[in-house]
Amino acid sequence: MLTVAKDSAKADAAVALGRYGPEKACHSGVVRTKRLKKTDPAKRMMWVAHVVAIRDSEDREAFAELFAHFAPRVKSFLMKSGASPDMAEECAQDVMATLWRKAAMFDPAKASVGTWIFTIARNRRIDILRKERRPEPEELPWGPEAEPDQAEALVLQEETQKLGAALAELPEKQRTLIEKAYFGDLSHSEIAAETGLPLGTIKSRIRLALERLRHVMK
Amino acid sequence: MTEIKHHLTDALLMGYAAGTLPEAFNLVVATHISMCDDCRAALAEFEAVGGEVMMTSESAEMAEDSLTATLDKIANAPSAPKVRPRTSGLFPTPLQDYVNGDLDAVKWRKIGGGVSQAVLPTSKGATVRLLHIPAGTAVPDHGHRGTELTLVLQGAFVDETDRFAAGDVEVANEDLNHTPVAEAGMDCICLAATDAPLKFNGLMPRIVQRFVGI
Ligand SMILES: [Zn+2]
Repeated sequence: MLTVAKDSAKADAAVALGRYGPEKACHSGVVRTKRLKKTDPAKRMMWVAHVVAIRDSEDREAFAELFAHFAPRVKSFLMKSGASPDMAEECAQDVMATLWRKAAMFDPAKASVGTWIFTIARNRRIDILRKERRPEPEELPWGPEAEPDQAEALVLQEETQKLGAALAELPEKQRTLIEKAYFGDLSHSEIAAETGLPLGTIKSRIRLALERLRHVMK
Repeated sequence: MTEIKHHLTDALLMGYAAGTLPEAFNLVVATHISMCDDCRAALAEFEAVGGEVMMTSESAEMAEDSLTATLDKIANAPSAPKVRPRTSGLFPTPLQDYVNGDLDAVKWRKIGGGVSQAVLPTSKGATVRLLHIPAGTAVPDHGHRGTELTLVLQGAFVDETDRFAAGDVEVANEDLNHTPVAEAGMDCICLAATDAPLKFNGLMPRIVQRFVGI
């Protein structure tokens, strides 16, 4: 079962990333993922192909699908972080507009589309709610022009998938603490003080997922 | 650069990934990550955790015209920002953005004992400063009320716990009383952030503190 899913994901990824002509890439992805679970690596590769379609041909259909899937979650994330519904709506729109504008900077060998959107949403939240600058690490020397390696991209998506599964399997209490940390309900010192729980948990139960992910990202 | 021995803690990396640290801490974290591939990889993991948390929580309903409004924003927005080129010099790019230049652009103020500082502008909640400690000089013995992050940019210092060279970051909390001493040879330049005023253990420094606002 596992191997089958993996192989079909690989085949999909090859199609999705191999042909940058957006129609074929997206449609094959859409058809295939209908039969797969929501969080399958194949689905993740489909989102990657959608971002590529926006980058290469300003594909509005691909954007509409990304929007339908991600924007409501971004909005919910912002509301849980303290934004009013109106502000969260406005922000979620900004985040999705940023995805379009920065499509060329997305590197699927470094992050899943969900991770990437999370970082955009987080930065927007700091902008709007805290009205602060956000110092970012300097870019690594390789440019975004370089085409990411397809196999690397697939492995990264698979590992992120496993990380998500590991998080989902956490006991409710521990999961809630991790969520609180990301929704901004725990300060740094509270995170440090709670180390025994969420981070200790990450270290033991999710360590493997994280280690594989790190290996892939290097 | 020599190998980095002292890294950011998981709590700091998680806080930076979540976007919940004060701006002053963010600057130290971003500057260290610019110098450290290990912490850059660890940050990517914590961002992946954030992505999964966001993607698996329930979704909120979007406004009816949301997609159209977003497409309008895209049509009216300026084109994509260019990736900033890496700057050369001693300071990594995020720090240069706050200094408005490299080492030669820093406006130092003497704070006694040969030590100089330059406070960088950030939002409230924590402060961040550059420290210039002449080779062989000690920073007065002090403790911490909150957390203090000290990132070495040039030279090295030694305190009761260990030696910290370029790229190393020391994370100190209430438990640590220390007297950092710059090594002989090269002046030590550090980026230090605190979320509470330092506690100096001698009387004189406490008086100095009132004037210089450490
Ligand atoms: Zn490090």
